[in-house]
Amino acid sequence: MQWYWLPDYLPRFLEGILVTLELLGLSIFFGMALAIPIGLVQVTGPWPLAWAARLFCTVIRGTPLLIQIWLIYYGLGSLFPSIPGIRETMIWPLLREAFPYAVVAFSLSVAGYEGEVMRGAFRGVPRGELEAARAMGMSPFTVLRRIWLPRALQNVFPTLAGEFILTLKSTPLAATITVYEVYGIGSIVRQETYRIYEPLLFVALIYLLLTFVMVIGFRLLERRMPRRTA
Amino acid sequence: MDNFSDLLALSPPGWGGNLLMGLLHTVQIAAGAYGLGLLIGLMGALGKIHGGPVLRWGLEIYTTVIRAVPELVLILLLYYAGTDLLNALRESLGLERVDINGLWAGIYVIGLVQGAYSTEVFRGAFQAVPHGQVEAARAMGLRPLTVLRRITLPIMLPYALPGLSNLWLITTKDTALLAVVGFSELALETKQAAGATREYFMFYMVAGGLYLALTLVSSLGFGLLERRLRRGQPTQM
Repeated sequence: MQWYWLPDYLPRFLEGILVTLELLGLSIFFGMALAIPIGLVQVTGPWPLAWAARLFCTVIRGTPLLIQIWLIYYGLGSLFPSIPGIRETMIWPLLREAFPYAVVAFSLSVAGYEGEVMRGAFRGVPRGELEAARAMGMSPFTVLRRIWLPRALQNVFPTLAGEFILTLKSTPLAATITVYEVYGIGSIVRQETYRIYEPLLFVALIYLLLTFVMVIGFRLLERRMPRRTA
Repeated sequence: MDNFSDLLALSPPGWGGNLLMGLLHTVQIAAGAYGLGLLIGLMGALGKIHGGPVLRWGLEIYTTVIRAVPELVLILLLYYAGTDLLNALRESLGLERVDINGLWAGIYVIGLVQGAYSTEVFRGAFQAVPHGQVEAARAMGLRPLTVLRRITLPIMLPYALPGLSNLWLITTKDTALLAVVGFSELALETKQAAGATREYFMFYMVAGGLYLALTLVSSLGFGLLERRLRRGQPTQM
């Protein structure tokens, strides 16, 4: 084992950790923003919407994330330049970077898996509570905002926490489309130093620590949640 | 744009045959890895429940570390470590170095990862077996292995099956990661086809469709299996 390279590359690993966390945070944010409506329409929505949401979840959960990432980056990315006039628009600089494609791919993946979780969560809230809220004269949207959504999230929080950790563990796939997060930096070190094990072990250690921090963080959050003791 | 049916033709210059061969390799690797994972999982769960402190701690470290580190990193680590260990072993026996064949390396790597997950699935299911059943079997004078084969396993399987069917779906999708290491399964064949023809969007859509078909057929199969294993169990309300 030789670790002489570590001090030189440490700053780049820190940058890589930031990229990983940024990718993870954005994907969870956009993914959950999509997952909540996707779960909701499957419980109360009109059938075409419910059906479309169901199809979306099945497709996302039934195909490898790697294929989804490549489809969005190489597939969509190769179609965009052929749209006339797109190079003059504001979004063109974004379309040439890899990072936005990674965020889109990971957000859709989070939306698919968590949409399924949210479907069960919305269904699991006791009917009586929603009826009581309606009887108090709340509008449907207020019921959702004050009763249905908080109760649903509270019930599945441990499940969601586990799923977000799985998302963290899938972020190295972004390195395959040239997003240099922790794993990507590790590959650079491997190419430049010709060491096989040490960079990989160091990358594994970083992920172990990140997972550990996330587990502790979610546990603290969970403890702060009000929980009715029967 | 070229004609899709030309691009997907089964014989070269069409890429359909390559994709189907890739799918076959994917299924082979997934099935082998799943089998290896189940074997490790069964042993691991029994070790965690009945083993001594050293074995229990070892297994705890194995399942915790494997489940906390990304699959892609594990696949690379296990692949290099596996080939190095094997070659060191062969050299000490005076044999020549070998390159491990892609199929076996894939099975071994994914199987070791899946083993950690199935250990936990089996452990939970074993603990759901009522203690009285095992005691009754022992009181009848059955030997430990017979108790396992005739009492514990059949009672435990329905509890384990939902977790196991999930693991199979994860295994089939995990095989795509082997493309990054350069094993020719469906994902890599697709990447090569897409790169050669520049029809990225079409080929990745087709690959997605093939994976989806594999998933849907597997879910159907597991549904049937679960119905069969649950015979005689009280139906849930």
